[in-house]
Amino acid sequence: MRKKLLPKTLFIIAVLLVFVYGIFLGTDPDKAIAAWKQQGPLGAIQQNIHLGLDLKGGTHLILQVAVNEAVNSETDRVVQSLREDLSKAGVTFTDITKPDPQNHPEIIAVNGVPPDKVGALRNTVSDTLQRYDLSSGAGNSYQIVMKPSELTTLKQRAVQQAIDTIRNRVDQLGVSEPVIQEHGLGDYQILVELPGVDDPARVREIMQSTAMLDIRLVIGGPYPDEQSALQNNNGAIPPDAVILPGNTGRSDQAEYYVVSRTAAVAGSDIRDAQPSRDENGRPDVNFHLSNDGGRRFSDFTAAHLHERLAIVLDNRVREAATINDQIRDNVQIMGTFTEQQTQDLAMMLRSGALPASIHYLDEETVGPSLGADSIRQGVLAAIVGMTAVLVFMLIYYRGAGVNADLALLLNLIILLGFLGFSHATLTLPGIAGVILTIGMGVDSNVLIFERIREELRAGKAPAAGVEQGFAHAWLTIVDTHVTTIVSAVILFLFGTGPVRGFAVTLTFGLLANLFTAVFVSRVIFDAILNRKERGEALSI
Amino acid sequence: MELFRNTNIDFLGKKWYFLGFSLIFSIAGVLSIAFWHHIPLGVDFKGGTLVDVKFANNPDLGKVRHAVDDAGYHDAEIQRLGAAAQNELIVRLPQRETSEQSLDRGRSEIIAAMEKYFGGQSGKLDLNNTGPSQIAKYLLEKDPLHLGTDATTRYNEIARQITDFRDKSRSGVLSSVNELNGAVPPQVVSALQDSAFTSQFAVRSVQIVGPQVGAQLRKQAALATLYSLAGMLVYLAFRFEWIYGVAAVVAVFHDTLITVGAFSLTNKEITLTVIAAILTLIGYSMNDTIVIFDRIRENIKLYRRESLSEIVNRSINQTLSRTVLTSGLTFLTVLSLYLFGGDVLHGFSFALVVGILIGTYSSIAVAAPMLVAYQDWRLAKTGTAAVPGVAGRRTKIRA
Repeated sequence: MRKKLLPKTLFIIAVLLVFVYGIFLGTDPDKAIAAWKQQGPLGAIQQNIHLGLDLKGGTHLILQVAVNEAVNSETDRVVQSLREDLSKAGVTFTDITKPDPQNHPEIIAVNGVPPDKVGALRNTVSDTLQRYDLSSGAGNSYQIVMKPSELTTLKQRAVQQAIDTIRNRVDQLGVSEPVIQEHGLGDYQILVELPGVDDPARVREIMQSTAMLDIRLVIGGPYPDEQSALQNNNGAIPPDAVILPGNTGRSDQAEYYVVSRTAAVAGSDIRDAQPSRDENGRPDVNFHLSNDGGRRFSDFTAAHLHERLAIVLDNRVREAATINDQIRDNVQIMGTFTEQQTQDLAMMLRSGALPASIHYLDEETVGPSLGADSIRQGVLAAIVGMTAVLVFMLIYYRGAGVNADLALLLNLIILLGFLGFSHATLTLPGIAGVILTIGMGVDSNVLIFERIREELRAGKAPAAGVEQGFAHAWLTIVDTHVTTIVSAVILFLFGTGPVRGFAVTLTFGLLANLFTAVFVSRVIFDAILNRKERGEALSI
Repeated sequence: MELFRNTNIDFLGKKWYFLGFSLIFSIAGVLSIAFWHHIPLGVDFKGGTLVDVKFANNPDLGKVRHAVDDAGYHDAEIQRLGAAAQNELIVRLPQRETSEQSLDRGRSEIIAAMEKYFGGQSGKLDLNNTGPSQIAKYLLEKDPLHLGTDATTRYNEIARQITDFRDKSRSGVLSSVNELNGAVPPQVVSALQDSAFTSQFAVRSVQIVGPQVGAQLRKQAALATLYSLAGMLVYLAFRFEWIYGVAAVVAVFHDTLITVGAFSLTNKEITLTVIAAILTLIGYSMNDTIVIFDRIRENIKLYRRESLSEIVNRSINQTLSRTVLTSGLTFLTVLSLYLFGGDVLHGFSFALVVGILIGTYSSIAVAAPMLVAYQDWRLAKTGTAAVPGVAGRRTKIRA
C-alpha cells in the first residue's frame, strides 16, 4: 500500500518557501535586500521582524487626558450664550451655575426662574441647545444636562484630538515608527511609544508643547499676587473670569492675570502659525484661523478693540497682547519678542493645542544596552532550549526523532516568517513565547509517538500503527492547544506591549504546530513507510 | 529508548501522601501571603519608581546608599541585580503621594545623585550617559579627522559606532575612553581622551508607575486570571462532564496558589510578565489533565467491571510516560529560559519552572483522585454509584 505523497510534499515545500521569504524579505523586499547587502542576513531579518521597545530601547508612556476640561470648556461656552439667549427671550433668572464642574461638568443649573417664564425657558433650550436635556429640580431651578451620547462623543473627540496633536509633534521631531494610540485598558488614556528615544529630557521636550492652548480676553493684570488681583477687581472676580498665573518670561516676579473663563478661540481653531517680522522689522508671530474660528474671532475682536488678549498655555498666561484691529482670520501677535521666542511660540501654536490637558500616568525607559543584552540572552536561551529538545527527541525516538525535529524546525520557520509578514512586534516575552512554542509544540509529537508505540506494542503493523496513532492523538492535541490558546487570547485582551507580544507568538506558534506536528509529521512517516518493505520495523 | 513501560503504581493508594504534600505547600504559601512577605508586587502593580543602574566596577553599596540618602530618599530600596560580577543595582522608590505632574521627580533626583557621586569632571562629555546625536554634535565641533564642512555623515556614523560598541559589546558602560581603541579611528579616541570621560555608571532602564495605572493593572490581572479559570471550566465541562471541569479547575487553582505562594516565600516580585506566565500555566496545566481524563473515559467503557479507582489508576499508569515526557520537554525549554534568559525574564521563567512541576504533579495527584473522591461521596450520600464519564457526549476512543 503506497501512498501518493507528491502533492502533499510540494505543498509543504511551498509553505516552507513562503515563510522563509517572510523571514528574509518580509513585506518590503527592496529594503530587506538593501539591509542584507549592508549588514548580511541578520540585517535583513531585523528589517522585517519589528523589535519591541524592550529590545530596541526607547520610551513608553501612558497619558491621561483630562476629558472633563474639554466638557467644561464646552459647557462654559453654553453658560455664556444661554445668558444672552435667555435675556433675549425675556426669561429672568437669579443665576446660571455649574453645580459640580469637577465631577459633572456636563450639568448646568438655571436658578430662580419665575413659573410663568418656564415655557419660554423650555423653548429657548429646545431651540438653541439640541444636544442638551432640560429637567426641573428643586424650587425654581432647572437643570440642563448634556445628552449622554453627546458627552461620550465629546470626550472621545478630546482624546482623538490629543492623539492627533501628539502625533503631529512627534512627527516633526523625526522619531521613527512611533506608536500613539488610545490605551484600551483605561478611560481616556493614550499610549505613546517612542523607539530609540531614551533620554527623559527629550521626551519632556516632545510632550511639553502639546499642552492645552487657547486665547482669552484679559480683564486685568499683571498683578504681583492673587490677593492684589482680587483687590483690583473690587474683592471678587466676576463669575465669567478666572485668575491665572502668568509665565511670560519677561520678569522674574510672579505675575497673575484676570482673564475670561471662556476662550475667544481654542487652540484647535489655529492653522499654520509662522514666525515673521512686523513693518519695523521686529520679530512677531503670524497665524491663521479656521473658518468657524475666524468668524467668532472677528466678532470678538470687534467687540473688544484695544483690550488685551492672553495666550493661555496649560492654564498659564504665556503672552498678553493688545487688539489693534478687528481681526478675521489672519492674526499677528506683536510684542517684545526675541527671535527664539517667536519661533517657540509659532511651534506651540502650530503643533495645535490639546482640548484638554494631559498627565503622565506611567513612564518606562529602556536603554539600548539593556535591550541588546536582552536579545542576546533571549536568543541564547532559545538556542539552548531548542538544542536540548532536538537532542532528546533524537535519543528517545531515534528515527522518529528526526521526523519530530524536522517538524519543529518548520514550526519555528513558520513562526518567524509570520512575524516577518505581519509586522507583529517581537518583545522579550515574545522571545520567551517562541521558546515555549518549541517546548509545547514538541508535546504534540510525543502524544502521537507514544500512541503509535502503544499500538505497535498491541501488535499492529507499522502502517496501521501510524494510522491509529495519528487518529487517536488528534483530538487530544486539539484539546491541549485550545486550552493554551484560550489563556493566551485572554492575555492578549488584558495585557499591554511586551505581554501582548508573548500572547501573539505563543498563539501563532501553537497554531502553526497543528500543521507541522500533525500534517507534516504524518507525511514524513508515510514517506518512510513507502520505502520500507512490508513488515519491516519502524524506528520509533 | 523508553522510560516508563507497563508501570503499575498505585497512585490512589498514596492519596493521603499527596494530600499532605499539597496541603504543606499550599498552607506554607498562604501563610506567607497572609503573614510574612504577603504578595510581593512589582513596581508595575504597586506604583513607584525603579531605576536600573550599571556600574563600571563593583559598586560600593554604602556609597550608593549615601548618594540616595543625599537625594532625600531614605526609604529607597537598593538591591543587587543578578550575579555580583554584573555590577548592576536596582534602586526602588516607593509610591509617593505626589501629583502626577511630578511623577518623574524621583528618577531625575536619583540620577543627579549618581552623577554627583559616581560621575565626575563636569563640563566634559560623559560617554556613558550620552546618546549618539550629542556625541556626533560634539565630534563635529572638534573635527578630529579634519573633514571640514561635510563631515556630518561621517561623524554621525562614528558616534553610532561608539554607542553601538558601548551598548552591544560593553553592556552600556565603558570603563575608560581607551576601550574605544579599535572600534573607532585613533584620532577620534585621542580627541575624546582630552575632553570626554567615562563616568562609573550608566542608567539602563527606568520604570515609573503612577498609582492610577498600578490599581488599574492589579484589577486587570485579577480579572484575567479569573476569566482564564472560568474559560477552562466551561471548556472542560463542555468536552467532558461538569465534574471533570471542576476537578481540573481545582487542580489548576491549586497550581496557581502554590506558584504565587512560591513567589511569596522566596520574596520574588510578581510583575505583569509573571501574570502572563501564570495565565499560560493555567492553560498548559490543563493539558496533562485532559490526557488523563480522556484515558479514564476510554477505560470506563473498556473495563466495565473495574471500580473507578482501579480505572483511574490504570489510566494514570498508561499515560504516565506521555505526561512525564511532554511536561519534561517543556520544562527543559523553560529551564533554559530560567538559566540563560537574563534578569528581565527571571520572574517569568521562575513562575513557569515552578508551575510546570506543580502542574504535572497535580494532574496525577489532585485532579484524578478528585473524581474518585466525588464518586465515593455520591455513593455515601445517595447509595448509587454514578460513574462519571459514561454519559459523555462523545464516545470516540482517544489517546
